[in-house]
Amino acid sequence: MIDLTHLERLEAESIYIFREVVAEAENPVMLYSVGKDSSVMLHLARKAFYPAPPPFPVLHVASGWDFKDLLVHRDRTVREYGLKLIIAANEEAEAQGINPFDTGSALYSQAQLTDPLKRALSENGFDAAFGGGRRDEEKARAKERIFSFRNAAHRWDPKSQRPELWNLYNAKKSKGESIRVFPISNWTELDIWQYIALEKIDIVPLYFSKPRPTVERDGMLLVVDDERFRLEPGEEPVTRSVRFRTLGCYPLTGATVSDATEMSHIIQEMLLTTSSERQGRAIDKGQSASMEDKKQEGYF
Amino acid sequence: MKTPSPFQTDALIAEDIDAYLHQHQHKSLLRFITCGSVDDGKSTLIGRLLYDSKMIFEDQLAALESDSKRNGTQGEEIDFALLVDGLAAEREQGITIDVAYRFFTTEKRKFIVADTPGHEQYTRNMVTGASTADLAVILIDGRKGMLQQTRRHSYLVHLLGIRHVVLAVNKMDLVGYDETTYEHIVADYRAFAQSIGIKQFTAIPISGFKGDNITAASDNTPWYAGPSLIQHLETVEVDAAAAQAAPFRMPVQWVNRPNLDFRGFAGQIASGAIRPGDAVRIVPSGKTSTVTRIVTFDGDLDEAVAGQSVTLTLADEVDCSRGDLIATAGDPPQASDQFRATFVWMDEEALKPGRGYWLKLGTQLVTAAIQPPEYEIDVNSLEHLAAKALGLNAIGVAEFATDRPIAFEPYGINRQLGGFILIDKFTNATVAAGMIDFSLRRADNVHWQPTAITRDDHAVMKNQTPRVLWFTGLSGSGKSTIANEVEKQLFLMNRHTFLLDGDNVRHGLNRDLGFTETDRIENIRRVGEVAKLMADAGLIVLTAFISPFRAERQMVRGMLPPGEFIEIFVDTPLEVAEARDVKGLYKKARSGDLKNFTGIDSPYEAPEKPEIRVNTVDMTPEEAAEHIIRQIMPLK
Repeated sequence: MIDLTHLERLEAESIYIFREVVAEAENPVMLYSVGKDSSVMLHLARKAFYPAPPPFPVLHVASGWDFKDLLVHRDRTVREYGLKLIIAANEEAEAQGINPFDTGSALYSQAQLTDPLKRALSENGFDAAFGGGRRDEEKARAKERIFSFRNAAHRWDPKSQRPELWNLYNAKKSKGESIRVFPISNWTELDIWQYIALEKIDIVPLYFSKPRPTVERDGMLLVVDDERFRLEPGEEPVTRSVRFRTLGCYPLTGATVSDATEMSHIIQEMLLTTSSERQGRAIDKGQSASMEDKKQEGYF
Repeated sequence: MKTPSPFQTDALIAEDIDAYLHQHQHKSLLRFITCGSVDDGKSTLIGRLLYDSKMIFEDQLAALESDSKRNGTQGEEIDFALLVDGLAAEREQGITIDVAYRFFTTEKRKFIVADTPGHEQYTRNMVTGASTADLAVILIDGRKGMLQQTRRHSYLVHLLGIRHVVLAVNKMDLVGYDETTYEHIVADYRAFAQSIGIKQFTAIPISGFKGDNITAASDNTPWYAGPSLIQHLETVEVDAAAAQAAPFRMPVQWVNRPNLDFRGFAGQIASGAIRPGDAVRIVPSGKTSTVTRIVTFDGDLDEAVAGQSVTLTLADEVDCSRGDLIATAGDPPQASDQFRATFVWMDEEALKPGRGYWLKLGTQLVTAAIQPPEYEIDVNSLEHLAAKALGLNAIGVAEFATDRPIAFEPYGINRQLGGFILIDKFTNATVAAGMIDFSLRRADNVHWQPTAITRDDHAVMKNQTPRVLWFTGLSGSGKSTIANEVEKQLFLMNRHTFLLDGDNVRHGLNRDLGFTETDRIENIRRVGEVAKLMADAGLIVLTAFISPFRAERQMVRGMLPPGEFIEIFVDTPLEVAEARDVKGLYKKARSGDLKNFTGIDSPYEAPEKPEIRVNTVDMTPEEAAEHIIRQIMPLK
């Protein structure tokens, strides 16, 4: 008798989901944000198809305001594992005058994240896209299926979701439909961190604390990641030991002051913390159903 | 939030995180569902579990407090239900309308909770939530006692094979923590549970709102000596040992073939255990081999057990692919193309007996046709009712026939190998969830009789390629007239033909069938089978049937080798056919004397891509026939 731990059961389930999609979809892709959830997802994908490499490309939606460290990590990972990387970006952002300082958060995320993602999925004809969403993140996500269907316009209709019974996923698509698949739906933030620690998964150094140049703005600590960061009059970057719990566009992602330079300390902080990981994201703010609205629009 | 709780040892986290992590890596996992009526306090209970297990952070709590004041039903107190009622629309309605999954963890276990709705029309969601649960918490409002819905939920829990049942008598604070009230409810429930076959359950008096007997024994119920809800959930045995002791079965998901030297079969083990050197059998083909390696990213394993996702390599080059099942050689599961199942209908559009649906079981995807149900089960009275078809949320028992044998176990033995879904071939919706009761032995006993003279021999003898020319169109569209003309011309060309006419067949082979949707489907199924046999005999078969449903025409197409089925759409508009009204049927239908008449009160689904399209407005029957013959030439 072998007792499987909760992490082993979660891992086995995620691997099963990866294989189901690859067996049934024609042209799958994995959304790769380079964050911790994506890193776990990539690790699971490598396990699912071992000794073969993951039989699909990875897609990164680059807003142009990504952390430098994140891009370095992305390129190194892609090289090391021999992955095919597709980068989706809004090339006209500058001409359109869209940037995280002047543009409202709704329009910004639409123009820089949602639209390029939808365009990349349509242009490449991907019929299934793996995403790193977890049900514990947010109320709207808690009700999303593991196989979540999008119409040709990539919209989600929470009212007409297919029931998912046992481990049987209905991957039959109507014309123009595509599937977003969430292999780590049943993982929690703690599971993710424990698994990263246990499996020694390489993650972006931004999750670990380090002295970084920061400014405080609207109750968030922002890191001045490059010279494009627009300082307000009187603002002066201050070096603080900070790290990130979640990674988005650097001018929109709040850092937390921390001494955690090791994995176990990150987990320790997470367990003792008093705010949820999404608090660091400006995009989620607004009325409480806003995540659901964004999902209906096609945000992952 | 720093409420002291039995869920996490903050001290240990702060002092020795490594010790804490080590302890928590070895937790097991329990999946459970909560079910109850609309106001039994399910969401409140789950909210309480999340709150007590510190799964709510300060920012969420702040949002919750402000939400409670705005939308809450608990006055100034925190409304835990708001924490779990996810979608904006239902938050306003104050009811949960879908399945939501929630997570919390204690020192011993990680829990996944399916929050399933309790009101009348959503059997489907509850069945969905129950399908993956090891345990069910059935909530009863202590003020109300057992309700119709309690019976229904318990029946569904039992139907879905959940062996661990907790009866949580909730809102004990509102009945003054009265022992007699509690005992009455438990006794009522015991009598009912026994009557439907629930062998045992654990009853706990709780208050989700006040927190009594949730994490620890409550001082308000000194008369109750049993475990708190959490204590029980933490210690109840999950059925891992039994699953591992069962014979080995693994559905093959994907064949891993990175290069010519490696061929592995990837899958998640459904039951039993496997070691290199074990003899295995591929089902349904019956071929045997030996496991050489259990391959994983983390290195080869000496043993793998139920629940693990692995890749097996075999000693022999046996034919094995997605949909096959690898089983222990000496004790394989049965394979059959006919079985009886209990199933729950989940779609707005009712079951159509005889129609082909996709059936997915494990990794097998086949076409299945369902006989008219033996009976429907009334979930409230549990009576067996006569039923011709099943509507949304109905539960029925029927015989299933698949187009090829599938490997399975009765659901009672293995949920993974006995549970299936049905998928509508046109809408792609998941329309039903089924549980196999048993195999029908006749499928095992009726074998295909190999014949010495093949269908190719028959065709060669007749010097022609078999075809089924399938004429479809409204009544009075000219199907029979044109088909007759085509047959005459083919006859003159020395072709061997046979015309099956709708009206004629209904005088004999199908005289027991009427004109309901179900009977129409069966009518076409039989004609399809006859046409197939005739094509096997080398004939060019012409059929003239309204055949109003796409699904059945597709079914017949699927019976024949590619290219042999020619769909001919006699595209005469309804006005024209009705104006002609050769048989006077439209008049009768319009006056209501004739029911279920295609085009009037029964739908006609026009072909989307017929091989040939003709009409009798722009063409004479002779011209239409010539057009058809030109399209199907050459015939050998």
